[in-house]
Amino acid sequence: MNPLRRTFLNGFGAAGALSISITTGLLKPWEALAAEWNKSAFEALTMTDALKSVGGAGATESKDIQIKAPDHAENGAAVQLEVTSKIAGTTSLAIFVEKNPRPLIADCEFSNGAEPYIFFRTKMGESSRIRVLARAGGKTYFATKEVSVTSSGC
Amino acid sequence: MAEAIKIRATLQGDVADVKALMNHVMETGLRQDPASGKVVPAHFIQQVIATFNGKTVLDTRWGPSVSKNPILGFRVKGARAGDKVVIKTTDNKGETLNGEATVA
Repeated sequence: MNPLRRTFLNGFGAAGALSISITTGLLKPWEALAAEWNKSAFEALTMTDALKSVGGAGATESKDIQIKAPDHAENGAAVQLEVTSKIAGTTSLAIFVEKNPRPLIADCEFSNGAEPYIFFRTKMGESSRIRVLARAGGKTYFATKEVSVTSSGC
Repeated sequence: MAEAIKIRATLQGDVADVKALMNHVMETGLRQDPASGKVVPAHFIQQVIATFNGKTVLDTRWGPSVSKNPILGFRVKGARAGDKVVIKTTDNKGETLNGEATVA
């Protein structure tokens, strides 16, 4: 028996079963969606790996990305971040805390009139640089901001 | 679970400013329970989708580092009073939260 052929057939069977279970409603659509979560990027342990996984390794620095965050945050459990991109045609923003155990925090895609702006709160394990990656017109840009943290939020 | 996400959408000119507050533990999977010393399993929102009148405006993927009971703010240009905002989240256990509001 050809082992390669076995593997191929097994793989085919599994994929077939998945699509059947979606069409028959055994799996709800969100279960199929959750599979799109970029596991390798969000579980990357270093900044370099996380950046590579979202395709931001060759980004150029830009002053048109504004990061509004406190210089000193007392509580690392909730550090308020406000990010705006003034780069024309920005379609998505990815936010990183460089020294967190998992640096990638969020990846946001904008469409149908949404402005490239996002506001949320992040946990920070220690004082770190915040890095924002913007994608616009097939190019990537980044900006950073230093935030010092008094008490760890991890 | 209609009240799981609280949404406020206000119109400023033709831009809708949306703030949403979600009830979620956002457990990283790295934290130890101080009482038992055991690691608390990860439980966090992985995806948030926001729609305006049925059209997707924001599709965000989150890691476990977003703060507990997340607050999310975004802006949509070309909005009008009465536009319907719907936000849906899915976490790593497949549980969902929903919320809706109208632009005022």
